[in-house]
Amino acid sequence: MPLAALLLLPFLGSVLTALLPTRARSELAACAGFVSAGAAVWVISLFPRVRDGGVIRETISWVPSLGLDLVLRLDGFAWMFAVLITVIGALVCLYARYYMSPEDPVARLYAFLLAFMGAMLGVVLSGNLVQLVVFWELTSLVSFLLIGYWHHRVDAQRGARMALTVTGAGGLALLGGVLLLGHIVGSYELDVALASGDRVRAHPLYPAALVLILLGALTKSAQFPFHFWLPRAMAAPTPVSAYLHSATMVKAGVFLLARLWPVLSGTELWFWIVSGAGMTTLLLGAYIAMFQHDLKRVLAYSTISHLGLITLLFGLNSSLAAVAGVFHIMNHATFKASLFMAAGVVDHETGTRDIRRLNGLIRSMPRTGALALVASGAMAGVPLLNGFLSKEMFFAETMFFSAHPSVEVMLPVVATIAAIFAVVYSLRFGYDIFFGPPSTDLPRQPEEAPRWMRTPIELLVLSCLIVGVAPTISIGPSLAAAARPVVGGTLPEYSLAIWHGFNPPFVMSLVAIAGGVLGYLWLRKHQEQGRLQDAPFVGRLNARRLFESALLGLTRLSRRVLRLAGTRRLQTQMFTIIAVALLLALLAARGVPLEWGDRDRLPASPAFVLLWVIGAVCAVGAAVMAKFHRLIAITLMGGAGLVTCLTFMWFSAPDLALTQIVVEIITTILLLLGLRWLPMRIEGISRPVTARDRMRRGRDLLLAIGAGSGLAALSYAMLTRPAPHSISPFFLSRALPEGGGANVVNVMLVDFRAFDTLGEITVLGAVALTVYALLRRFRPPPESIEQPHQQRAFPADVVTDLVKPRTAEDAARGYMMVPAVIARLLLPVSVLVAAHFLLRGHNEPGGGFVAGLVVAIAMLMQYMVSGALWLEARARLRPVRWIAVGLLLGAITGLGALAVGYPFLTTHTAHVRLPLVGEVHLPSATFFDLGVFAVVVGATLLTLTALAHQSLRAHRRPTQSPASSTSEGTS
Amino acid sequence: MEALLALVIGVLGGSGIWLVLRPRTFQVIMGLTLLSYAVNLFIFSMGSIFIDKPPLVRPGVPADLQHYTDPMPQSLVLTAIVIGFATTALFLVVLLASRGFSGTDHVDGTREEP
Repeated sequence: MPLAALLLLPFLGSVLTALLPTRARSELAACAGFVSAGAAVWVISLFPRVRDGGVIRETISWVPSLGLDLVLRLDGFAWMFAVLITVIGALVCLYARYYMSPEDPVARLYAFLLAFMGAMLGVVLSGNLVQLVVFWELTSLVSFLLIGYWHHRVDAQRGARMALTVTGAGGLALLGGVLLLGHIVGSYELDVALASGDRVRAHPLYPAALVLILLGALTKSAQFPFHFWLPRAMAAPTPVSAYLHSATMVKAGVFLLARLWPVLSGTELWFWIVSGAGMTTLLLGAYIAMFQHDLKRVLAYSTISHLGLITLLFGLNSSLAAVAGVFHIMNHATFKASLFMAAGVVDHETGTRDIRRLNGLIRSMPRTGALALVASGAMAGVPLLNGFLSKEMFFAETMFFSAHPSVEVMLPVVATIAAIFAVVYSLRFGYDIFFGPPSTDLPRQPEEAPRWMRTPIELLVLSCLIVGVAPTISIGPSLAAAARPVVGGTLPEYSLAIWHGFNPPFVMSLVAIAGGVLGYLWLRKHQEQGRLQDAPFVGRLNARRLFESALLGLTRLSRRVLRLAGTRRLQTQMFTIIAVALLLALLAARGVPLEWGDRDRLPASPAFVLLWVIGAVCAVGAAVMAKFHRLIAITLMGGAGLVTCLTFMWFSAPDLALTQIVVEIITTILLLLGLRWLPMRIEGISRPVTARDRMRRGRDLLLAIGAGSGLAALSYAMLTRPAPHSISPFFLSRALPEGGGANVVNVMLVDFRAFDTLGEITVLGAVALTVYALLRRFRPPPESIEQPHQQRAFPADVVTDLVKPRTAEDAARGYMMVPAVIARLLLPVSVLVAAHFLLRGHNEPGGGFVAGLVVAIAMLMQYMVSGALWLEARARLRPVRWIAVGLLLGAITGLGALAVGYPFLTTHTAHVRLPLVGEVHLPSATFFDLGVFAVVVGATLLTLTALAHQSLRAHRRPTQSPASSTSEGTS
Repeated sequence: MEALLALVIGVLGGSGIWLVLRPRTFQVIMGLTLLSYAVNLFIFSMGSIFIDKPPLVRPGVPADLQHYTDPMPQSLVLTAIVIGFATTALFLVVLLASRGFSGTDHVDGTREEP
């Protein structure tokens, strides 16, 4: 799987670099550099397989049931991009070693750079359109992180956010477009899409899909009117700018244009949008670039302009232009990356990037100067350099383009003007800072950059020269391989010769160079006199400001909507939820009428009626008392719980009744423990009840009655209808033969639905640990730190265990003697009862849950009568270990089934003959139930003892006690 | 019997909902407990009610829904009872912590009524 390994390599490298010491520059650079260089060698070695139009495909099955696969696909065009990504990536890794300062946390930088390399490789290697969008968004995300690398700087924060907003929104549009395209084609496979261009272009959804996909491509490649994010992204460290924002990421947009060129191009709509955006960007970017004073901003606008040129070439609907576009992608990547690196060297050595302050640097840094000059020559389109060749092809295309007469005239003119601008800004970059009288007021005394910092620039400039001098030998085969898939398989006739004779394109080049030199001299004269510091005519047309005000407006709008439609008050939220649920249920009753069925009713028994009269009184009483009489409310609620438990018993659910009663006991103890920390609330002293309170209560009461009646009606309707056909007969009939137990409920819990139970006990353990963790930082309210007032009623010198029952030496000596002795005697009995429940659980009512709760209750009883200190001095309970052992036991039982080739948590029943006992059948589910038991014991004890310990802890008293927090309570 | 059971589910649910809508945290925790009784009984009653037919398979009796009550709602409710205890415990501790931090036992953590 060469492609999958290639894609994985940078991500692995990213993780590795993230683990290295954060300031170990050399080691990090070596690690990242070797990973990139290895990837580069790997890619280049694949060239013979894609050279003649071959395609390498790899499919990794992901979710086969949904038809989702990871498809990797390498053809010549993707190969060319992969080479750019990996080679320039390796050079940038080397360069960044010297550019970044020793104080910077460079591990983060290298980790992000490698992650970006992986994401970008993912984009170019994707053979599936949706997968491509995923990697596309990943590049936006990593770009955000890299622009914001110096996250303490405000410009970095803003630039990163803007880039993410624009490219992320574009990515969203792209996803929409790709989904539409997949709908038209009937598949998300790139190969299928590439083969069905005619069908796509004839489809009524084509314009929508096209516009959405172009939104993605144009935002990513910073095309007008989305160009404004790129100059802002220059807040990133220069290696990042060289890599992402000139050579690779911003090329993803034009990559997509080229990738889908065979599918989408060839229509009027394509021509007008793509070439229109490209031409505007070409001209506008070059124009603004001339007036910039920051080296990196000059390069940023020039990048925008060159990307516009590439976009324009793809928009012309001619395969020769597409070849030129592919060629210019390569050329621009090499010279622009080297220019960014050179700008970084100048910045690094002089401490400034302001063109107005930099002069005559050629004396102090001759080598860098020479390299920058050659690279700016390539950018300007000087003959014998690579930029000249692709620009010449571009001129030729504009000359021989045939369309509407107005366009035919306009295109060469615009191309020439943009080329003149390009010469001007190239001169400002190359000539302005290196020649003239040396500047004297620089922040740092300039000197030549370190040897290895120049090496990446040297290699890139060398390739500019080689391609420029001997194009056919050096770049010919790669260009042919790269351009062939773009134009759909058959290459048009083109020549890479340097000299085509004295033809119109050559004249355009000459005009551009001459005009550019003159323009530069003119501009310099004016600028030296303090004029033309900013680009005239476009000051008002500030896309960035428009973007920011639009964003601000959206934020304000959403805030207003939230204020109108949302609330932070829980009561309102609960009311809305319940009211909406009730309303929806009523609406549903219109479709499925709420009618009583005709199932035979059970005759009412007086005892049951009486039982529930008590139950209902308890429930309503608890509701009434919960505000001022908490103890009574807890007691009444216990009554309601008890009646519920008896109801389970009544209607043939012994397991439920057992569980309900033990849980009821534990819950009551829990609530009683919590009572101590709640504020006192006395009837009659709170603020008077207002009419508003009454109205709110009336409203709530109505809703409660409505919802209660609805619930009653619904359950009556369900109870009187015949039982639905469910999967229950399956469980009933299989429980004994397959689950090996007669208690169907227990067999379901530990066998059929054991995975659910495993999840449940995990939740139980997690809750207990959360309770423990929350209580460790517990700060009780100030007025409840004092001892309770019953304990304070005794004089200090009285020796009695009534004062501090929890900390008394031994409760069994004082007034608690009788209960303490009984509770201690009951402990072994309780454990025996628990063991009984646990062991018989598979066949009779019982099981791990009940047994665990019984043991927990027995232990809590000891706590209550003897006090925590006495108990913990004598028994080490370690509830956390109980939880751990229980979870492990459950998981291991499940995995045991896996080990012998059955699905997770399959039960096996072993039959053993024991002496005296006789035949014993031992299902493996017993061990699982034992795990449940242990977790329940541990979790319950941990929760309740953590709460109980709060009264023993010496709580720090707040220095200043706030105003009495008792009750200004209301409804 | 059915009417009575339906009625008590309604009473328990209504009392629970009333309490859940109250402003004090203790009232809400009591309300959630009452509501969980109602919901457990409701789910339990989905299998329709039988007397003296516990889902314990006995030899010689055919294992079908004519001779035993429905075991599925029972096992669902058993899980729900235990999880209900866990959430009550968690909620209790959260309300105590909130009381300690904010100085009030109002559900919104603010003393003033807006």
